[in-house]
Amino acid sequence: MSDSDAAIAALDLTPRPGSAPFSRQVLAQASMEARLMLRNGEQLLLAVVVPVLILVGGVTAGEHLDLKLDDPRPLVDIFTPGVIALAVMSTSFTSLAIATGFERRYGVIKRLGSSPLPKSGLLLGKILALLAVQLVQIILIGLVGQILGWSPKPGVLGAFLAVALGTAAFASLGLFVAGMLRAEATLAAANLIYLLLMAGGAVVLPVSAYGGFGHVARWLPSGALGEAMRGAFLDGSVSWRDLGVLAAWSVLGTALTAKTFKWE
Amino acid sequence: MKAGSAGPSPYTGAVPQPAVEVADLRMTYGAKTAVDGLSLSVEAGSITAVLGPNGAGKTTTLETCEGYRKPQSGTVRILGLDPVSQRRELLPRIGVMLQGQGAWSGVRAMEMLRHVSRLHAHPLPIEPLADRLGLHECGRTPYRRLSGGQQQRLGLAMAIVGRPEIVFVDEPTAGMDPAARRTTWELLRELRESGVTVVLTTHYLEEAEQLADQVHIIDHGRLIASGTPEELTRGSSATVRLVVDHELPAAAEAALRDSVALWSKEHEVGVRSISFGSRTLEDVFLELTGRGIGHE
Repeated sequence: MSDSDAAIAALDLTPRPGSAPFSRQVLAQASMEARLMLRNGEQLLLAVVVPVLILVGGVTAGEHLDLKLDDPRPLVDIFTPGVIALAVMSTSFTSLAIATGFERRYGVIKRLGSSPLPKSGLLLGKILALLAVQLVQIILIGLVGQILGWSPKPGVLGAFLAVALGTAAFASLGLFVAGMLRAEATLAAANLIYLLLMAGGAVVLPVSAYGGFGHVARWLPSGALGEAMRGAFLDGSVSWRDLGVLAAWSVLGTALTAKTFKWE
Repeated sequence: MKAGSAGPSPYTGAVPQPAVEVADLRMTYGAKTAVDGLSLSVEAGSITAVLGPNGAGKTTTLETCEGYRKPQSGTVRILGLDPVSQRRELLPRIGVMLQGQGAWSGVRAMEMLRHVSRLHAHPLPIEPLADRLGLHECGRTPYRRLSGGQQQRLGLAMAIVGRPEIVFVDEPTAGMDPAARRTTWELLRELRESGVTVVLTTHYLEEAEQLADQVHIIDHGRLIASGTPEELTRGSSATVRLVVDHELPAAAEAALRDSVALWSKEHEVGVRSISFGSRTLEDVFLELTGRGIGHE
């Protein structure tokens, strides 16, 4: 009792309003969101377990079955950048859409709307959280790739731009879905689109593996991200064409989100 | 509305009077009129209760004050500021407790409180605040599994952690047990003592009577009475009070009721209510609206 009395005495409720500096607010938001994402079991499954299983399964099964892609290079060198692209897609699109859908549903965005955090800060915090989670994903996938014999020749600029523009494209599309649909519908749609793009969107497998459809797939954000990532890690190149496609999707996604998104 | 009082002045310890001014506010949703020409003001440094049944327009009014909704007609000024066009300037100065939810489903109570505190420049120390509201008992339990009362207490903590000048609390004690309700009342009183303006909505008459300096009773989106609880319970010519010298035994009470019924028939006076004991805001509400506050 005496402890809590002391605590009560310490509580000075006199008004002293003020916003924290913008950068501190954004960092607080980013670390909160990243922690919540990494703590959530389903999100973690999507972010880490599925990509790692696909990498290990794809490489071992491919070698076992003597899978022939057009590319003569080792399967692990082709798959690992593709799986990194998949990880970016799963976090920036699916995880973000689902998390944002439920934030709307549970009034989190409404609550933060009456805090000093401006909407730009909320958005920036989300993007930083995505990049932080993706960094963890890339490190883990890279380590697993190394174990499987991955020998990348990374081009820093190409890889950086692929992650940045891939995040921008998929995050804007993810927010569009989350802003349009109810939380449950967002959950279903974001997972379905993820599965379809994973299977048919030339993200893990190169567009050359899809025959004629490859030409179409390269215009999809998934195909463009996969190709840009493979370009960056296979021969250190910067795939300007694919990065341009991602930039175009970012513009489209941002415009759609800006037009339709409701914070509540 | 003193338009001249609106200005980007930093907090100096004095707030413009009144702290909240709502003038002829009208809000409709489709065919439904939620707020119908409501005008009211809130004196700085007071506890003001907006009292009314469910659907009276309390939450809509509060959310318009908080800047969530743009007035369809009429004006709202908070600390002299327009809550929509001067929102960024106003937000750090107000604290908001929403009705239910408002936290991530997987977040822990202390984590959420710490997060909100980090958005402010001079937040309250969160440990004593959490002690005060019993939030440590929530431990590592995710928000979705907290009890309704725990979620309410966290909501109140989030509303005041930024050391606001005004707090808007929507049904603050709904779902709380009596002990938590008393703690909440004490805290709201203490906020007033510290110079914070408190605006609360409630449909608990007892809460308004116990807590408020000023009560605004609204019904169907209109203000139907304003005053201190004492003024409101003082009565009018439509109220007859009979004070007796000792507590009535049941037989005497029944006989009195019978006599009143007879009297009412003879003189063709409708009796809306007879209460034994003190007059309450419930009586006031009944008198003004012809129905109890719990009824839609």
